[in-house]
Amino acid sequence: MLKSLFAAALLVTTILPANGHEEKSENFTISHPWSRATAPSQKVGAVFMEIKNITGKEDRLIGASSPDAESTEIHGHIREGDIMRMRRVEGGIAVPANGSVKLVPGGFHIMLIGLNAPLLEETTIPLTLTFEHAGSVEIEAVVESAGASRSGGATKMEKMDHSKGHQMPGKSK
Amino acid sequence: MNRKLHISVVALVVVIFAFGAWLNLRHGKPPENGAVGGMMVNASIGGPFELTDHTGARFTDEDLAGDYALIYFGYTFCPDVCPTELGEIAVALDQLDKDADRVRPVMITIDPERDTAEVLSEYVPLFHERLVGLTGTAEEVREVATSYRVFYRRFEDPNYTYYLMDHTSFVYLLAPSGEIAAMFRYGTPPEDMVTTIRQHMRGNARG
Repeated sequence: MLKSLFAAALLVTTILPANGHEEKSENFTISHPWSRATAPSQKVGAVFMEIKNITGKEDRLIGASSPDAESTEIHGHIREGDIMRMRRVEGGIAVPANGSVKLVPGGFHIMLIGLNAPLLEETTIPLTLTFEHAGSVEIEAVVESAGASRSGGATKMEKMDHSKGHQMPGKSK
Repeated sequence: MNRKLHISVVALVVVIFAFGAWLNLRHGKPPENGAVGGMMVNASIGGPFELTDHTGARFTDEDLAGDYALIYFGYTFCPDVCPTELGEIAVALDQLDKDADRVRPVMITIDPERDTAEVLSEYVPLFHERLVGLTGTAEEVREVATSYRVFYRRFEDPNYTYYLMDHTSFVYLLAPSGEIAAMFRYGTPPEDMVTTIRQHMRGNARG
């Protein structure tokens, strides 16, 4: 009884969006879901994140939806030499047991198509991720600047791991 | 005997091919400027163009003369690769500090159907206050893309409700003379762009 209460509590626990925030569900830890600010004329946006599978069973991200967009698709890039071809990822993205998958610029992203309103910096986007086994997971993505990338807040963790002390100043207007 | 001759002929052919391949490797490819990540480029890339900027005014290569420019070919219906590169250009300009005044950031659309001057006018300021957005007729865009050897192709599929543009994703460094000084591949860190730009500004770039 206590155990299931605990599980239920865990399920609804989300750490509030902040720089480098994490979203936890029963099966996943989702690190810093983020997106980029868009112009009113831009009808698409992309959401990036790292999904950690904290269970011993492989799962698959097969879809997503958001009230902020008409439709939502999982996209990736086929890089042929220096040519970038963005395409829908059919069949979803595998999230290995006790492993993780990264949705990063130039790789996978969740594409928001037909934005109802421009994405504004420092706001959040509600997003429902659909997994083959775990079902739905609700998260909130933080909107960063239009040009944010690995040099932005999104991959601060990565920067700490890999960069050898060079500081990339946050983009100032 | 016959067999021996056969083997020597095969060996000779292999040697000739290997030599040819080696020559190709030496001369056929632009040498990498490995230290800074900027690729040295063939002088025949680039050239005059006539386009329209995001304010609706005519804009030609001569408007860039006398300054360095960082030029990117992309499109606004591109949520990933293009904002990434434009963001990197903005970071490079920030890192250039006061030298940034000598560098004009430019985005040329390869999707003029969607990217009118008006669309670009809302888009470019999100990345940098000085970013110039350029568009034109399909023909004008084809001309400038061809002279910069930019590959782009519209991707349409009945399973998609929208079209996408496949394209090469380079950032070009244009020298004040109007010649292309360097090309940066997708994913070149901004600090590498800054190093190359500073080398050119000091006039000691390799090549």
